[in-house]
Amino acid sequence: MAAAGAATTDLEVIRGKRSALFFAAVAIVLGLPLWWKTTETYRAPLPYSEISGLNALQLRLTVPVTVVFTRESLPLDDQEKLPLTVVHEREIPLKYKMKIKCRFQKAYRRALDREEKALSLGSLQEAESMLVEPQEQATGSLTVYVISEHSSLLPQDMLSYIGPKRTAVVRGIMHREAFNIIGRRVIQVAQAMSLTEDVLAAALADHLPEDKWSADKRRPLKSSLGYEITFSLLNPDPKSHDVHWDIEGAVQRYVQPFLNALSVAGNISVDSQILYYAVLGVNPRFDPASSSYYLAAHNLPHVINPVESRLGSSAASLYPVLNFLLYVPELAHAPLYIQDKDGAPVATNAFHSPRWGGIMVYNVDPNAYNASELPVRVEVDMVRVMEVFLAQLRLLFGIAQPQVPPKCLLSGPQSEGLMTWELDRLLWARSVENLATATTTLTSLAQLLGKISNIVIKDDVASEVYRAVAAVQKAAEELAAGHLASAFVASQEAVTSSERAFFDPSLLHLLYFPDDQKFAIYIPLFLPMAVPILLSLVKIFLETRKSWKKPEKID
Amino acid sequence: MVSAGFPSRALNARAGLLLLCLGSLAASQIEVCTSRFWFNYRHVANTLSVYRSVKRLGIPDSHIVLMLADDMACNPRNPKPATVFSHKNMELNVYGDDVEVDYRSYEVTVENFLRVLTGRIPPSTPRSKRLLSDDRSNILIYMTGHGGNGFLKFQDSEEITNIELADAFEQMWQKRRYNELLFIIDTCQGASMYERFYSPNIMALASSQVGEDSLSHQPDPAIGVHLMDRYTYYVLEFLEEINPASQTNMNDLVCPKSLCVSTPGHRTDLFQRDPKNVLITDFFGSVRKVEITTETISLQPHSGIVESRYKEDHMDEELIEPLKYAEQL
Repeated sequence: MAAAGAATTDLEVIRGKRSALFFAAVAIVLGLPLWWKTTETYRAPLPYSEISGLNALQLRLTVPVTVVFTRESLPLDDQEKLPLTVVHEREIPLKYKMKIKCRFQKAYRRALDREEKALSLGSLQEAESMLVEPQEQATGSLTVYVISEHSSLLPQDMLSYIGPKRTAVVRGIMHREAFNIIGRRVIQVAQAMSLTEDVLAAALADHLPEDKWSADKRRPLKSSLGYEITFSLLNPDPKSHDVHWDIEGAVQRYVQPFLNALSVAGNISVDSQILYYAVLGVNPRFDPASSSYYLAAHNLPHVINPVESRLGSSAASLYPVLNFLLYVPELAHAPLYIQDKDGAPVATNAFHSPRWGGIMVYNVDPNAYNASELPVRVEVDMVRVMEVFLAQLRLLFGIAQPQVPPKCLLSGPQSEGLMTWELDRLLWARSVENLATATTTLTSLAQLLGKISNIVIKDDVASEVYRAVAAVQKAAEELAAGHLASAFVASQEAVTSSERAFFDPSLLHLLYFPDDQKFAIYIPLFLPMAVPILLSLVKIFLETRKSWKKPEKID
Repeated sequence: MVSAGFPSRALNARAGLLLLCLGSLAASQIEVCTSRFWFNYRHVANTLSVYRSVKRLGIPDSHIVLMLADDMACNPRNPKPATVFSHKNMELNVYGDDVEVDYRSYEVTVENFLRVLTGRIPPSTPRSKRLLSDDRSNILIYMTGHGGNGFLKFQDSEEITNIELADAFEQMWQKRRYNELLFIIDTCQGASMYERFYSPNIMALASSQVGEDSLSHQPDPAIGVHLMDRYTYYVLEFLEEINPASQTNMNDLVCPKSLCVSTPGHRTDLFQRDPKNVLITDFFGSVRKVEITTETISLQPHSGIVESRYKEDHMDEELIEPLKYAEQL
């Protein structure tokens, strides 16, 4: 009886041990990995290696230049060598992690008959109108015509001429080293029309360490997909001045051609408004010598803030806003002049603030007050106003005066206010800036994901990142091949995708659990289950060890 | 809790957050008040006072994100409606005529605050509710309300921990959304909130150390609640003497223990410049860079040749539309 009872208890004990072991096995083998997998933050896979590779990206900016030689411009034996290609590559020394190389790919060739005829005409304008049409020239490329040393197309002392539409004229030379000398002149002209160090430094101004404060570098607007331009007329004294301005017509005639030329760089929209009883925040001082009022140069920065809140620019759009204000001073403070640091009145009577806009003061003609009674009707001379506003617009966009080589004639301003190669320079700068921004954004995202473990990466965010990386690589390839237009488009796409990925609302690490909170959540769930399992495992282990030792003792 | 003469020791924080961002060397400000209920009047007054000071020093509303968790000016218990006073005897109405509250009432949540900081905002958010700062902006963040060791209470129902705040600042740094950041907090045990910061260029000021309570200043018998907290009150007295051109630096911004009763704390180890070289107006005011326009473009007056097919609907748009806030409840 006792033996049978002992045998059954033995069996039960063994079965008990086995079931305890089975429980423990299931808990550890199945439960633990399942819990781990279901509680980790979801991270779709990202191309981390490619993102870190972007930092070491070598940008090669290729400018395709076609150099056309007329008959008299070269010694004969050099003319035999045409057509040929000469490449001039130079690294731009900037303290930036991305190495940038500037490559001028010059394709030398002989002039065609019609080009010879055009270049033998009397004046530059006639020659240009007969030469190649601008549509045939790709964005970013240049054509340089080399004329003979004694040609009268250029004034005698001038060595080169830069035209408005991606063409330039350079004087040739009859010399042994003709190719080298002409090549250097061509490079100087081509650099002025496309890429110089200051253009790239301005583009990367936000990414370079701030060692010098240069007004040019900090002025341009950051690259954006679109801009909003607002023209405002400020009339603080409607009782005295009944101001009318034909802004619609002025924009249509003067501003819109400029914006059409710039349309490649972004989507620009224009609006206008008239504000009454809007005063400047600063009181002008009276100058008895000229019996006029003036605003000193050091007061100008304080003018903008009080008036900015009235402009309503924040309601307009999400794009950066450029404000152009035309202020008609009140009768008590008329005429009002802006003085520069030396105390002399400024000819344009206007000033601008980088990345914000410009303000111009429009003084009413004093003769208008004589005859009639108040309010005096004022018709604003839009030509004068638009001349200033367009100049300010150019400065704000970063279209600066190029560094022309010595003895070079620069073409006069165009009706649009923008020369085609100036737009190209803007596109070069913007492409480089976009690539720098996109790379920084992607690298920052990768670093953040490493540092903060609670950020979720969903699949669509991951696909944006892939798209951004691919766009950066494509833009770099297109820049190296010299296709500026497609490179710019690819760089814009890179910036958009990378910003969209970084600023996706789903990345927010809202559910942060400090470690003690994690323990507080899991202990009530797991501890009651774990304690019996662990204790029984310990008991089984001890008994098994005892049963192994026992046979030794007996023996 | 609404008895006069009782220094507030409650742990409810309704913070006012003022974030001031200065773009392009402008300052941006975020000012957050996280407290709800009438007896937390002083937190709203704190925030509005700081808001008023920075506006006086030249920061426009477009650069200020003001978050107030409750409406004191139009509260039914306010004996003087449409006013919020910061000094007893009702000397100074900080609500003013042109206050622009960007996040109000139930919109002030931890999530919205973190979204404003990190920029991860839904695309439909209007511009005034965004922090449009770039890598040259100096940002001032002012938070007030009830807090504890390592957390700040929002709306009496949720809280933000110091680790979340530190991570948010790190995300701002990674995207270069600030150049320098000044963090001021006026709550109980405020110093615990800046213990965990690890991003560079942050300077932090707090009204009290860990384990200490920040005390309120003075009650007003007519309104019936405490009007301001001590630390902010003395900071404001200091700011009232600053004008946009002044040269006082951050080392002067000190509240002695005799006045503040609690021990204000500060943290400058992450900041690269020496605090005595940092001007107050770097964060609290803004001066724009201005250039004289010297050149013009010559335009030939066209005699009315209209070639471009220009759409008329771009012009004459009504620009100043009333801002409608999305119902975010």
